[in-house]
Amino acid sequence: MEDIQNMPELSSYMSYITEFHQGMQKNNLILVYEGEVTQEVTKAFTALAERNLEKSDESGKVTKKVYHVMVECLQNISKHANDTSSVGSNSLEKGLVKNGIFVVGRNEGSYFVTSGNPIDKDNIESLKNMIDHINSLDKDEIKALYKEKLKASRLSETGGAGLGFIDMVKKTGNKLAYCFKKIDNDNYFFLLRTLVTRQ
Amino acid sequence: METLNIPATDDTPEVILDASGDFQFNGKSLPEDVASFYDPIIDWIDSYGKNPLDSSIFKFKFTYFNTASSKMILDILMKLEELSEGGADIKVEWHYEEEDEDMEEAGEEYSDIVEVPFEMVAYED
Repeated sequence: MEDIQNMPELSSYMSYITEFHQGMQKNNLILVYEGEVTQEVTKAFTALAERNLEKSDESGKVTKKVYHVMVECLQNISKHANDTSSVGSNSLEKGLVKNGIFVVGRNEGSYFVTSGNPIDKDNIESLKNMIDHINSLDKDEIKALYKEKLKASRLSETGGAGLGFIDMVKKTGNKLAYCFKKIDNDNYFFLLRTLVTRQ
Repeated sequence: METLNIPATDDTPEVILDASGDFQFNGKSLPEDVASFYDPIIDWIDSYGKNPLDSSIFKFKFTYFNTASSKMILDILMKLEELSEGGADIKVEWHYEEEDEDMEEAGEEYSDIVEVPFEMVAYED
């Protein structure tokens, strides 16, 4: 084992990891991932979540909802993250591999699933309008919108059915929380948090 | 016609489509590319419709599907509706775990959308 006392860079790195761990605990985070979100990553996380939640005393209903929100969020990043913007262009396979952050937390009352990914400025307004509209609807209106979109929507080029956000709200009964943080003049970071209430 | 027998994977369901009278979907569906998984299935049903059995029961027993799959499942059901309207005796059985309200609701929504005999079947975990 090396003594890191005389290695300032390593020492500060180790301090950062310690703080990071403390920050995770303070914010009740149980999973943090940064990097390319691929279908393989989605499968790995959902398998992990399935196993962990099965072992815990959590009800099957809650488990399924958390699983569902995780899949929709991860596939949102892999399908819809920006692959034209300079900050989001780490795609190995254009349109399929995207960079983002994905966080799952848990406190007494709920699970929270948060995703973050780059988006270019031009897409913000339509995304914001879509989420605001979904958030403005009551339970029956959400169901009606879901049905309408299911019937009407053709698969978009990236393979989504445009139903993800609606379904997340429909299944959890909670509003979507979001924000856009500026990266540079053309690019923003889109953060989205969904709650699953524990019963 | 050739039997379609697709084993389940981590992100796709087991699919059995056997023209001698066995039609089922079992498990979970969250593939990245839903069209490449489901298009051959829809094509198979399309061909089957040209010369169907006197009566056919299609069993859907999903434990989970993502929203992209939900659209493809509707496409399958609409294909079955088409066969049914063309005179074939088609029935859909929608199996759901009895506690799984979301899966039950999904079945009810589909049965509202498509015009095909539709039976809800609850099973114990």
